Amino acid sequence: MFGWTGTILRVDLTKGTITREATDPKLARDYLGARGLGGHILRSEVDPKTDSLGPDNKLVFAPGPFTGTFAPSAGRFNVVTKGPLNGVLAASNSGGSFGPELKYAGYDALIIEGKAAKPVYLWIKDDQIEIRDAAAIWGHNTLDTTDLVRAETDEDAKVSCIGPAGEHQALLACIMNEMHRAAGRTGVGAVMGSKNLKAIAVSGSGAVKVADPERFKAAVMKARKLIQAHPVGGAGLKAYGTDVLVNILNQVGALPTRNYQDGYFPTADKTGGESLAAKQLVRPKGCFSCIISCGRVTKVDNPAYAGYGEGPEYESAWGFGSDCGIDDLDAITKANFLCNEYGIDTISLGSTIACAMELFERGFITAKDTDGVQLTFGNTAAMVEMTRKACTSEGFGAKLAQGSYRLAEGYGHPELSMTCKKQEMPAYDPRGVQGIGLNYATNNRGGDHVRGYTIAIEVLQNGAVMDPHVTEGKAGLDITFQNLTGALDSSGACLFSTFGIGGAELAEMLSALTGVEYTLDEFMLIGERIWNQEKLWNLKVGYTKADDTLPVRLLKDPIKTGPSKGEVNHLDQMLPEYYKMRGWDEDGVPTKAKLKELAL
Amino acid sequence: MAKVLMIHPDKCTGCHNCELACSFEHEGQFRPAASRVQAYTWEREGMTVPMMCQQCDDAACVKVCPTGAMHRSATRANLVDWNEQVCIRCKMCTVACPFGNARYDAASSSIFKCDTCQGAPECVTFCPSGALEFVDDEQQVRSRKKAYAAKFREAFQEVS
Repeated sequence: MFGWTGTILRVDLTKGTITREATDPKLARDYLGARGLGGHILRSEVDPKTDSLGPDNKLVFAPGPFTGTFAPSAGRFNVVTKGPLNGVLAASNSGGSFGPELKYAGYDALIIEGKAAKPVYLWIKDDQIEIRDAAAIWGHNTLDTTDLVRAETDEDAKVSCIGPAGEHQALLACIMNEMHRAAGRTGVGAVMGSKNLKAIAVSGSGAVKVADPERFKAAVMKARKLIQAHPVGGAGLKAYGTDVLVNILNQVGALPTRNYQDGYFPTADKTGGESLAAKQLVRPKGCFSCIISCGRVTKVDNPAYAGYGEGPEYESAWGFGSDCGIDDLDAITKANFLCNEYGIDTISLGSTIACAMELFERGFITAKDTDGVQLTFGNTAAMVEMTRKACTSEGFGAKLAQGSYRLAEGYGHPELSMTCKKQEMPAYDPRGVQGIGLNYATNNRGGDHVRGYTIAIEVLQNGAVMDPHVTEGKAGLDITFQNLTGALDSSGACLFSTFGIGGAELAEMLSALTGVEYTLDEFMLIGERIWNQEKLWNLKVGYTKADDTLPVRLLKDPIKTGPSKGEVNHLDQMLPEYYKMRGWDEDGVPTKAKLKELAL
Repeated sequence: MAKVLMIHPDKCTGCHNCELACSFEHEGQFRPAASRVQAYTWEREGMTVPMMCQQCDDAACVKVCPTGAMHRSATRANLVDWNEQVCIRCKMCTVACPFGNARYDAASSSIFKCDTCQGAPECVTFCPSGALEFVDDEQQVRSRKKAYAAKFREAFQEVS
C-alpha cells in the first residue's frame, strides 16, 4: 500500500500477547486513518455501553495516511477510545513526532486492549515489541517519564505517556508526546492509566511509500505556497501563536469571561499572543512536518511562577485567564506548564476552576471545601494552586480533576457547569458567535471547537465572511466544517492547514500519495461518514436530542458588556435546520436513507 | 563562486521537513532514517539543530577512503562526492568524520552524506523557517552577522 503501511499492531495487556493484522484496503479508503479508521475499529470491537475505564475498553493510536510525509502540517495522529469524561467515541488529536514514528515502525494503528496486572510500558522497535515493567517510572511527570523511558530504550525514541493525572484516572487526563504535545480532550489519559500503561516508546526505521512521487510533490508544493501566502497560516500563527486570538475574540465580544458570566474582558490584552511574544517567547516551534509553527517555547522569569516549557496556546490562555478573571500571563503560563508536566487538559481544567470560582462566589462552596483557599475570580495565586492540586489529585483538586460537570452537579448546581455533553466548552462565546454555539450543541465530542471551527468564517473571515451575530446559514456552515474536519483529521492533516488550503488540495495530495483517486466530493463524503459514525455511537451510549443543547446561561442570560452586549444564543433557530440538512429525523437520528448513502 | 549549505539552529522550528525532503529526493519515499540531514531535538528546551555534511576542504572522510570512493568533486566546487561503484563499504569514512555526518545505511548498503542534491538542496527548498540556506560561500555568514549587527544598531539607537 501507499500512504498506509498495510499493518495494524494489536497488544493485549491482559494476556501479554502481540499480534499483527493487515490493514483492510477498503476500510482505509473509506475511513482514511486516525479519527476515522480508529473510530471504525472501536465501533466494531467495543460496546458503546462498556465501562470507559474497564479492561474491555480499547485504546487506539492511529496516524493518518499523510502522517510521516511532507504534506504540509500533516504529521498528526489520534488517540481513539471510549472517552471517560462523557462516553463519546473520543478521538483526541495530537501533533508531535509519535504518530510519524509509528508509521516508520510500520503501523497504521496500534490497538491496546485489556489491562496489565501492574504498571508497564510498551517498547516498539520496528517489528520487535516488548511489554516492559514500569514500576520505577510510575509516579513520574511526563518530562521525566520521557527521559526515563528513553534511558531504557533508545535515546531518540518517540515517547507518548501519561503523567500522574492519568495514573489517578482523572477524567481530564491527557496523553502527552514529545513532552509538550497533548492528545488533550475527553480524558484519554485516564483510559491509559486504567490499563496500567505508563508509556509507549517507538523507534521506526521504515518508510512511508508514495504512489506517484512527482504528482505528490507538485501537490504538496502548491499546498505549501497557499498556506505560506495566507495571513494567518503563513504569518500570524508563527508570530503570535494561537494566543493571537485573545484580542480578536475580545474585540468581537466573544471571549468568555468569569465562567461565561460575560463575553468581554477589559484587560485581556495582557494575556494575548502579542504580550506573550514580548514577554515570554523563546522561539516558535512546529510539530512534525509543520510549516506554520504556532507552537510557543516559553520562559517565565517572574520568581513566583518561574518555569520553562511550551505554551500556552489560546484555549489555555483563556481557560486560566479571562474565564477565571485573571490577566496575569506569567501565572497562566505556569498553570499551563503544570498541566503539560502532569498530563491534564488545560481547556477543561481552566473551565472547571472557573466553575469552582463561581460556586465559591455564590456561596455554594466555602473555604472548607477548597482546602482553605479563597477561590474568587481574579485570585491568581489560587488559580495556580488549584491547578497544582488538580494535577496531583490532592484535596479539592481531586474533584476538579473530574471536570466541571461532576463538580457542579455534586454541589447541586449543574447549571454552573459550562459543558456540552459533560465536556467543557472552549474559548468562543456562543452568544457572540452564533454558529459556534450550534457546533458545541451538535458536536459529537461535546464542548469542542476543533471539529466544527466556524470561527474561521464568522470571526476570522477566512475565504468568506458571515456575520457572527446572525443565525441564518449557520447550519450549512457548521455541517461543512464538521464534515471537512472529519476527513481532514482522519488524513493526518492539521486543522490550521485550512488557513490556506481546503478539501480540494487535501484530496489531490491524498490521491497522489495513496494511488486511490479522491474527488473533493468523495473527500467530503468521507468526513460526513465519519461524523455519522460518531453520531451512531453516541446514540447507543444513550445521548438524545435533549443533549444537543447549550448550558441554559447561554440561551437565557445576555452578555453583559462589550461588543456583543445583550446577545444570547438562538440555538432553536438553527438546530431543526441542522438536523434536516444532515438528513436526520426531527429527533436528530440519521435516517436509513442517509446511512445507506454513507455505506454505514 | 560556489555555494555552501548554511545552518541557522536559532531559526529552526524542529519540523523535520528537511529530513523528509532529503529522504524523498533520494529514495522517492519518506524514510527519515535515509536522510542525509538529521535534525536533533532537545525536547525540554524546545531546541532543534540540523546536522549535515559540511563538505570540508580538508576532508577526513576523503583522506581515509582506501578506494577513492569518497572524493572531492572535479566538476562541482564545494562538494565531497561519494562513488557508489568504487566504494567497498569499509565504513572508514563514517569513523573518520568528526561530526558523524557520513553514515552507513544497512537497508540500502549505502554511505549517506549530503550531496547537495547536485546543487539544488531539497532540504533548503522545504525548510519553512530559513534555518537552512544555500548561499554563495563568500556570503555564508552574512545573514548571521547582519542579524547581530542589527542588535548593535538597536542598542546604539537607544543610547543616542
